[in-house]
Amino acid sequence: MQICRVIGTVVSTQKHRKFEGAKLMLVQPLNMDDSPRGNALLAVDGVGAGVDEKVLVVLEGRAAGEALGRKAAPVDAAIVGIIDTVTIDD
Amino acid sequence: MQLARVIGDVVMTRKDENLHGIKLLLVQPLTPDHQPAGRPLVAVDSVGAGVGEEVFFVRGKEASFPFYPAEPPVDAGIVGIVDHWDLG
Repeated sequence: MQICRVIGTVVSTQKHRKFEGAKLMLVQPLNMDDSPRGNALLAVDGVGAGVDEKVLVVLEGRAAGEALGRKAAPVDAAIVGIIDTVTIDD
Repeated sequence: MQLARVIGDVVMTRKDENLHGIKLLLVQPLTPDHQPAGRPLVAVDSVGAGVGEEVFFVRGKEASFPFYPAEPPVDAGIVGIVDHWDLG
């Protein structure tokens, strides 16, 4: 799983039926210092996340489908939690 | 999933039998600023996307799910046409 920040929302009318009613969020993966890493991706939201929140994103199809509550959905990423804090013990 | 723009299509005559009847499109992944990000790739289409449209596509085995019970040998599939996105 990856720590990401929600940076936007995506609107799509014509989409696969398994996405009906799902919230699509644009999320930016983060480094440990909260700087952006790599390109932003789309994740379905299973927990009611909002823009600017730091979230935990699962990047695997079966898990993402379960987060969406739909089996055999063509998804590969889902927000599964809103992060309160991350502590790095060094 | 990733944002992308459809930049072309791919036609094959000789192919895996599970690919028959499936549309193949060339997509260029995009940044949130609509700029190209990385290399283009080929994705199957299940939503009626066309050249020039902004779409989102899924990677991995899940790309074959829209064609169930067929199991085409694919690793990327367009699953939505994007109306717009808003950055917070």
